[in-house]
Amino acid sequence: MFAARTPEVHADRMLGVYRLTLQGKDDTETSQPGYGFLDRWVRPMAKLPSVERIAFVTEAQTVVSYLNGRKIQSALRRADGEFWRVLDFDFVEGGPYTVADDQAGRFVAVINETTRERFFGGRPAMGKTIEADGQRFRVVGVVRDVPVLRFSSSADLWVPVTTAKTSAYKEEWLGNFYALILARSHADLPQIKAEVQSRLREAEKQLPDPKTFKHLYTGADTLFEGAARMFLPAGGAVANPGARLQAALLALMLGFMLLPTINLVNINLSRILDRASEIGVRRAFGASSRTLVGQLLIENLVLTLIGAVLGLVLALGVLRAFNVSGLIAHTQFQLNFRIFFYGLAIAVFFGLFSGVYPAWRMSKLHPVQALRGRSA
Amino acid sequence: MIHLQQVSKLYRTDRVETTALDNINLEIGKGEFISVMGPSGCGKSTLLNLMGLLDAPSSGSVALDGKAIDRYGDRALSRVRNERIGFIFQQFHLVPDLSVVDNVEIPLLYRRMSNKERRKAALAALDRVGLGSRTHHFPTQLSGGQQQRVAIARAIVGRPNILLADEPTGNLDSQMGDEIMGILEDLNQKEGTTIVMVTHDPRMADKTHRVVRLFDGRQVQ
Repeated sequence: MFAARTPEVHADRMLGVYRLTLQGKDDTETSQPGYGFLDRWVRPMAKLPSVERIAFVTEAQTVVSYLNGRKIQSALRRADGEFWRVLDFDFVEGGPYTVADDQAGRFVAVINETTRERFFGGRPAMGKTIEADGQRFRVVGVVRDVPVLRFSSSADLWVPVTTAKTSAYKEEWLGNFYALILARSHADLPQIKAEVQSRLREAEKQLPDPKTFKHLYTGADTLFEGAARMFLPAGGAVANPGARLQAALLALMLGFMLLPTINLVNINLSRILDRASEIGVRRAFGASSRTLVGQLLIENLVLTLIGAVLGLVLALGVLRAFNVSGLIAHTQFQLNFRIFFYGLAIAVFFGLFSGVYPAWRMSKLHPVQALRGRSA
Repeated sequence: MIHLQQVSKLYRTDRVETTALDNINLEIGKGEFISVMGPSGCGKSTLLNLMGLLDAPSSGSVALDGKAIDRYGDRALSRVRNERIGFIFQQFHLVPDLSVVDNVEIPLLYRRMSNKERRKAALAALDRVGLGSRTHHFPTQLSGGQQQRVAIARAIVGRPNILLADEPTGNLDSQMGDEIMGILEDLNQKEGTTIVMVTHDPRMADKTHRVVRLFDGRQVQ
């Protein structure tokens, strides 16, 4: 979702302004930034040496088309010409529309393969006309489907910003636009973030409704930070959304791991109770406390690893079921072995951790008591 | 070989103090086969546990081959138990999840030896007690007498020179008891294993070299 994949192949040097909060004494409004705000305060940053280019694109909106009496719903984005240069789509027909097309307000569109299938039965779509949201566009390019989880780029069709039905968007501070900023290098990102904050302070002095709103908050975010900002209430005002989301996910993970760990501790304690006689026998025949502690920890580790293998198989099954179901459009989930191994390491840690207390209890078990089948 | 000098064992709880053994002095020579007799609760099993280094006396000392073991730590005690002592219990105490041969291998798991050597020794011990054909059975598939034979195989697999048997025939009928007793006598006579056996059965005790009698924790004979 956040990795550098088509079309966000430059995700490592890309920032976005995804959310904006206007705050007053009695009123706070948070939404995507409007074109007016971005055009005035973010677009000039394109001249900075650290910025390669800046693109504006709307959120995807559902539009309806009718084809031979059949209703077709599609996700439409309005994007400027730079959008196709900031992102790197995989074209299967034609190419993107240009900055000139956008400036001239030409009714051209790039569609994805699914849209081509729906409207043209999979046949070549170049030059053909497509109707969406009551407007007609000439298809200039067809791209491979982009998973809907790619929240700043995925859509079924993309058309120039200037084809919007009214020009009211040009004045809006809060609206439905994103700015995508492509830096020259990853090292430039902190500087660009700081620059956005600095311009924000300037913008704050010229708020459109200064009686209602006194403060303006936003940030230039990575994809992960951008997603975090969207999840958080009043996300625009959060200083470091990525760290917040990470902390929340970490807390969630700890919660998820601690519950089974406590459960495992209890299971291990009952196992010791059940195996008191065996422990007594092993002690009688020469096992030291240390050896038995090692044995229990290794048993725990083996059980954890078996659990991990089952988890892997289950994950593959669930991912396959997800992909087949089409629940999340155009998404093909794959197992990320790096994440799996992180998960495995965490599971091994908690697996061992859950064995430590029971093992310690076992080491305190008196052999004579154990032989009598008593655990204390 | 085993020397107990002025050994006492007290069990304390919050309210009461129970004397399990009171001033026991006992010398057991190499190759002896002795039985310990006395009524229930007189301290027979406690005495065996002290000899087997499973428990420590409250006072007095226990020595093996002239070496007092009072100051031995857990690892040293474990090593002595593993190399020199074999236990046979009235309840057999076989691990139900392990096969017969795996049960017999238990003492050898705590020695440095290959799996092959371990398996060979376990099979030899099972042959010795006449259970060579039941190696892959599980304890629950065996009769009481067979289970006790497995327990004896486990006790002798590491070739210890001391066997401590806590009522080894207590849960068996007389015929099976005689068979078990025969195996113990054989081990004592042919291999020179020192055996200390707790028993209630005077018939079994008569077959041993010497009888130690306890009453209320004291040695009466």
